[in-house]
Amino acid sequence: MTETLRVLQPGILTTIQDVGRPNAVASGVPPGGAMDRFAHSAANLIVGNDRGAATLECTLTGPRLVAINSCVIAITGGDLGPSIPMWTAVMLAAGDEVSFAGRRSGARAYVAIGGGVLGDRWLGSMSTNLMCARGGMHGRALIAGDVISTGEWHDPPVAGRTLGEPLRPDYGDHRLRAIPGPHYSRLGHESQHELWNASFTVNPSSNRMGYRLDGASLRAPADELLSFPVLAGVVQLPSGGQPILLMADHQTAGGYPVIATVTSASMPMAAQLAPGDELEFEETSIEVALSARAAQRAALESLTS
Amino acid sequence: MPRRRSTIRSPRVRIQPLGDTAVLAELGSRLDTALNTRAIALAAALKRRRDVRQAVAGHASVTVSFDPDQITHDALAAAIRRLATKRPPMEEPGRLHRIPVVYDGPDLDEAAERLGLTRQRIIDLHGRPIYRAFLVGFVPGWAYLGPLPDELVLARRATPRTQVPAGSVAIAGQQTGIYPLDSPGGWNLIGRTTVKLFLPDSDPPSLFRAGDRVKFFAIEA
Repeated sequence: MTETLRVLQPGILTTIQDVGRPNAVASGVPPGGAMDRFAHSAANLIVGNDRGAATLECTLTGPRLVAINSCVIAITGGDLGPSIPMWTAVMLAAGDEVSFAGRRSGARAYVAIGGGVLGDRWLGSMSTNLMCARGGMHGRALIAGDVISTGEWHDPPVAGRTLGEPLRPDYGDHRLRAIPGPHYSRLGHESQHELWNASFTVNPSSNRMGYRLDGASLRAPADELLSFPVLAGVVQLPSGGQPILLMADHQTAGGYPVIATVTSASMPMAAQLAPGDELEFEETSIEVALSARAAQRAALESLTS
Repeated sequence: MPRRRSTIRSPRVRIQPLGDTAVLAELGSRLDTALNTRAIALAAALKRRRDVRQAVAGHASVTVSFDPDQITHDALAAAIRRLATKRPPMEEPGRLHRIPVVYDGPDLDEAAERLGLTRQRIIDLHGRPIYRAFLVGFVPGWAYLGPLPDELVLARRATPRTQVPAGSVAIAGQQTGIYPLDSPGGWNLIGRTTVKLFLPDSDPPSLFRAGDRVKFFAIEA
């Protein structure tokens, strides 16, 4: 274990995240983990980590960090105006600083460090769960003065390893591909039409649990359902008619009709939306969704060859 | 009339995509112990498959995440149908939890009025059955318990509370439950317990597991 970076300013919300704790959902604990799994994996692979290692998830305004020891880092995801090139391995010497000038596009940037960020492990994951105050940096967001430690690093540094621009997600595309959900057929024709044609706005109360979507109001089917386990990407429709898109820290079960599910390849784009951003849903098929997923995986695999 | 043997009538399973890497398999839509037993058995059987990443039972359904590199949606649906027609293995009786309750909830009087029962009758009825934990989820440690005696079936409050204290014992519809954390909630609060439902430093971190049995008993404040 090496003390690698010190936090000078934490930013609005910077947390330690890995790929979450999917087995904890049977106890009602949200799976958690990085919101944008593509950016998270890419950052790790660029610095030579396993793709599941923990990174720093930086929200809207990034942190200001200073290197305690020399290290290799990569910043991916949303463009929050970092002081180093994005999607590229960068060598820091002790005393070097990294800062973020402000949001240009997207909502969440990921900082991977060679060796992987270390945090408290809870139920099999280092991901920070703020509600339960467990995991990551003692269950809380980073604060000034925190020291980020990293694990053993085996990979020799690949100076300048980078993910080319054509292989990165198009975060400017706010059309989220989605597949009709199990209860889609219970929507009336008008509401089905609205779902695919209306523009929705991410409500200010949105967070890592989920996004409330303003804009078009859909008519919810009247019948209540017995609760069932749900997943990130699910679009629920409560009786008020305002859909909710579930994200990484979602409640594990719900009884609202599920009218659509955002595809795995569109979830990185969803993760880069901030309150006030507009989005649309675009109906797609499982086949098209899987080929988009395969393209993203091929992009990540290009980093390991 | 001769009693029908309790064989499984070829169960109709409704399998629908939840995106490109998961499906929802619905066995039924009623609150029913036999359906829930089958859902839990189906989830357990699916979890043993290498192409399944995660399978979690709901009240009468299973949410299944799979690896699309190993199996297609259609092949998985066929496998789920096959498994669902198998008679579930004899279920071990779930662990029995006895939960002491002080029945002094803020909604007890209103519930008595709406149900046309005395407070004491509600307390007696609530403590009578051994409930089943149908599903653990929603928030950490919460379990949907039931079914309630018919006389206690009561719609949830018209306006949910913004803050319900942890330990509140509540009823809504055919179900009862205990709030594990301070949280918003719309169920009718009839009592409270000091038993801790969410155990963050244990693994699993929930006192109740799906299939467990729960009995309430009244204690003085």
